[in-house]
Amino acid sequence: MAIAAGLAELGVRPASALAGDSAGHAGSGALPVLSSLQELLPGGLRRGATVAVTARGEGATSLLLALLAEPSRTGAWCAVTGMPALSLATALSMGIVLERLALVPRPGPDTAAVAATLLDGFDIVVVAAPGLAPGVCAQLSARARQGKATLVTMTPWAGASLTLTAEGGTWFGHRRLRCRRLTVTVGGRGGAARPRRGEVWLPADPDFQDTLAAGGRQDHRHLRAVR
Amino acid sequence: MLLWCPDWPVVAAVHAGDAGVGDPVAVLHANRVIACSPAARAHGVRRGLRKREAQSRCPTLTVVVHDAARDGAAFEPVVAAVEDLAAGVAVLRPGACAVAARGPARYHRGEEQAAERIVEHVAVDAGVEAQIGVADGVFAALLAARAGRIIPPGGTAAFLAELPVAELDRPRLADVLRRLGIRTLGAFAALPAGDVLARFGLDAAIAHRLAAGLDDRPLQVHRPPPDLAVRQEYEDPIDRVDVGAFAARALAVVMHERLAGYGLACTRLEISAVTADGQQLSRVWRHDGLLSAAAIADRARWQLDGWLTHRRLTAGIVALQLAPQGVLQQAGLQPGLWGEAGPGKDRAHRAMHRVQGLLGPDAVLVAVPSGGRDPDRLVTLLPFGDEQTPKRPPGPWPGALPAPYPALNTPAQPVRLLDAAGQPVRVDARLRLSADPTHLHLGNQHVGVREYYGPWPVVERWWDPPAGRRAVRLQVVLDDGAAVLLQLAGGQWTMSGRFD
Repeated sequence: MAIAAGLAELGVRPASALAGDSAGHAGSGALPVLSSLQELLPGGLRRGATVAVTARGEGATSLLLALLAEPSRTGAWCAVTGMPALSLATALSMGIVLERLALVPRPGPDTAAVAATLLDGFDIVVVAAPGLAPGVCAQLSARARQGKATLVTMTPWAGASLTLTAEGGTWFGHRRLRCRRLTVTVGGRGGAARPRRGEVWLPADPDFQDTLAAGGRQDHRHLRAVR
Repeated sequence: MLLWCPDWPVVAAVHAGDAGVGDPVAVLHANRVIACSPAARAHGVRRGLRKREAQSRCPTLTVVVHDAARDGAAFEPVVAAVEDLAAGVAVLRPGACAVAARGPARYHRGEEQAAERIVEHVAVDAGVEAQIGVADGVFAALLAARAGRIIPPGGTAAFLAELPVAELDRPRLADVLRRLGIRTLGAFAALPAGDVLARFGLDAAIAHRLAAGLDDRPLQVHRPPPDLAVRQEYEDPIDRVDVGAFAARALAVVMHERLAGYGLACTRLEISAVTADGQQLSRVWRHDGLLSAAAIADRARWQLDGWLTHRRLTAGIVALQLAPQGVLQQAGLQPGLWGEAGPGKDRAHRAMHRVQGLLGPDAVLVAVPSGGRDPDRLVTLLPFGDEQTPKRPPGPWPGALPAPYPALNTPAQPVRLLDAAGQPVRVDARLRLSADPTHLHLGNQHVGVREYYGPWPVVERWWDPPAGRRAVRLQVVLDDGAAVLLQLAGGQWTMSGRFD
């Protein structure tokens, strides 16, 4: 026992402890989230849940991509429907693996059928379809629960178990845009009923954030390199 | 044992209907006669003559242009006829093919009987006159076939010794040898092999071995390429998608079975159709992996759907053909070594296939990293299932816009960027803004500008006016907290992305 405890201090764990990790994306359980979102979503992204991502103002798309980044990196398959303008360069730079990403930019009138089909095969399905009938919404949520997939909607959703709302943010830059501090609130039903509020850097730029934190951000805006 | 058809290019031309039987015919390549019929030869036409010279010797001469493909195609029935009687046929060139003599000779109790039997079968089956020669080695056998002789084993060197050096089919070497006083193959073969190699080079050394009857190269056995295309003609023209899909599925299964029977798989599929009014339609579908029967059927159905519903064909389809391309040995689908393949991938791909079935092949896209100077060019979107080759290579693209990139690539939307005086902001050749922008007019919406970063110029493909571009990009943070990417080209600001 003493040896095991000593190894644990060094960060060595028994193989049985790995089961919890691999369950993260292989079977049921929860999908991992970025460390910056840990505070807002302590349990990760539950499989079978319906998550609505909305915004008052700006920031919904960045929040969505941040939400997909960690599951995609750890092996989850993501599908995005109804977002023809989504920038995949941003998705790539946020760490989403393009090989495990499918896009249906224009599902047309069959959005519900397409989303239901995708929910059977993908770990995360993003639906951006304003004006879906409440009945259809409930059906899709039920489908997600059945198939152990996570449904992410970009519109307010009646039966959502979790609602993430971007409440606007502040941009910081030096010579170019660097990062944005985005206020996000999380509300939901059941255990998640107590709304949480937090700040997320989206996009993040750790080095620049450090200089900001060190204070004394000078306004470099009008400085120009002399050539 | 070698089967030789005299004047093969002429025979092929006659078979193809380019010349009449018995006419004086000459086949020309690069304005020189390379083969002529016996009737033309009787008039004095010879190989190597110019066209005009040949025509002056024989005014009724039919001149045919040489076509290697025609020669090869016409020789296929002859090869097939020989293969009926002897295994392992090696085609040396159109007009000559070799088989190992031992098998047929034993079967027919003698080389002479076997040769007679084969010549007769070729004459009956392919309608071609042929001669057979038997000797040790292909080179000697070809000469024996021209002479119509059967050389007993071991007699090859003696047979070759009397023949002139020109028979080596190496004109420059033959010329040199003649001037050295070496006129027969026997005399050439008598030279020491080492000296021939040292004086005349490797090719001459090979010729020296041939002249000595030491042609010991094994036959390169001809394997006819399997005909993998499947074609079906329909009595009733197909004018409905469901009927077409049903027909295509049957064809797809046949083609896949045929491929699997040869242990092959294909990565591209050519679908072609003929309509009742004679219109030819064709398209090649690419695939990033190996096409399964269901994938072949899907592609055929999408193609038929496209032709029948979107092209508004005036007549139904009467013939349908599926031809595999990019055929390769099927070594079994190799699953990925690490986590990329597995149940998750299979499930996701099945779902994507089903959505493609619902919405069509171009509705499901996958992204491939590519290169470019703008965020919307950094990734190429391709239909799922197509070969994943990006349009532009990823690599250093000097002048590319720095990260972060806009999260939404909006379609270019004209905007007005104004300074404090209400004048449009301009950028001069030294990349100086005429004034700090203070207002952005977006349609009938007015937003104040809080700060801006840039400008970054881009000058691309100035030598190619339609694709060329000369623009300046600017990142602008607005008063409402939004950030947008603006682009100035031709005096007009447009918004190309939102940092949503």
